[in-house]
Amino acid sequence: MNPKERIARRVALEVQPGSLVNLGIGLPSMVANYLPEHVDVFFQAENGVIGLGARPPEGMEDPNLTDAGGGFVTAVPGAASIDSAMSFGIIRGGHLDMTVLGGLQVDERGYLANWMVPGKMVPGMGGAMDLVAGAKRVIVAMVHTAKGTPKIVPECALPLTAERRVSLIVTEMAVIEPTENGLVLREVASDSSVDDVKAATAAELIVDDPPAEMRLA
Amino acid sequence: MREAISAAAAAELIPDGSSLLIGGFMGVGSPLRMIDALIDAGRKDLTVIANDTAMPGRAIGKLVSAGAIRKAIVSHIGLNPETQAQMISGEMDVELVPQGTLVERIRAGGVGLGGVLTATGIGTPVEEGKQKVEANGKSYLLELPIKGDFVLLAANRADYVGNLEFSLTAHNFNPVMALAAETVIAEPTSIVPIGVIPPDAVKTPGVLIDHLIERAPV
Repeated sequence: MNPKERIARRVALEVQPGSLVNLGIGLPSMVANYLPEHVDVFFQAENGVIGLGARPPEGMEDPNLTDAGGGFVTAVPGAASIDSAMSFGIIRGGHLDMTVLGGLQVDERGYLANWMVPGKMVPGMGGAMDLVAGAKRVIVAMVHTAKGTPKIVPECALPLTAERRVSLIVTEMAVIEPTENGLVLREVASDSSVDDVKAATAAELIVDDPPAEMRLA
Repeated sequence: MREAISAAAAAELIPDGSSLLIGGFMGVGSPLRMIDALIDAGRKDLTVIANDTAMPGRAIGKLVSAGAIRKAIVSHIGLNPETQAQMISGEMDVELVPQGTLVERIRAGGVGLGGVLTATGIGTPVEEGKQKVEANGKSYLLELPIKGDFVLLAANRADYVGNLEFSLTAHNFNPVMALAAETVIAEPTSIVPIGVIPPDAVKTPGVLIDHLIERAPV
């Protein structure tokens, strides 16, 4: 199983029945592939749909129905199309149960940086700042290191996305929960040890109880 | 009953240096014929307020490639390397605004509010130079309204009085922008008799529309 699939399968366990969920572009969008069938969840795409569905068969795409990355999608029964003010009202107003986003860095305060690398990559924040500031739960889904360089650090060097403690960090090595006291190691993947996780993490990790083995959907 | 004008005639109304609010999200729900007409007319030094600059060769991305934009106020340029190149070379000023803040600033501009208080952007580079306001024990940024000289909308259908109906994810910024400029130009895909769009389905009332562009070619 590749690292991204493992991360998506772990995040899928966080999706609560009956909830409204916004998945970011890329790895986070893979989470939808690992939900139990008939789970009663609506996905929001911030460009304007509640009830995002899978990609349509070729030749049946509607040019007016895309996800936030511009890819063609469908809408599930019960879906609603909304304008951007409603879409971000839902996000900012605390009506979105959960968002899953990628990350460049997360720090010991649980703060996320995921939208720019000064001088290198300035794509714009899009909806990320509103999502992190407004969603009830924020889950960061990312590979544990950037080619060996730790992404979980004492304090983010990159510009923050929001001054808000995220709810959970899921990587291919571990599940880490940011708390008032710091980053608590909750689960470790079956092919990693606590020491492996510590070695790949620049931030201090709190390991009170022996962490559980990482669960997967 | 209104008269529909061509996209070329509408482009004649828009001088160089105008500020334009343009609907759309990565080109979905953007007034594509109006954009082509602005390029054909050689318009330049435009300020464009929109969600994004799409991608090269598509929608607002065509205005970028044509060198028509002096300043862009947008939430995302990640899919358009030409915007990033023009920003780095200094040909284009780019103001990046969180998407939810951008839509509320436009809404404030259109509905007569003096600004918006939002927690989005606190503790990030977005707060630089902005007034912080404490209200009910929480910190917010004061974000100021945006208005333009022209709004260019895309709609699925208009009727003969200019009432607009939008389709699926092509709503995006269009209904909100419809109030945020002196002159509002709407580009519908089709134009239908009065009554075909039921009053309950009208998202933008025709009284807000100054000019209606002809239907799309069949």
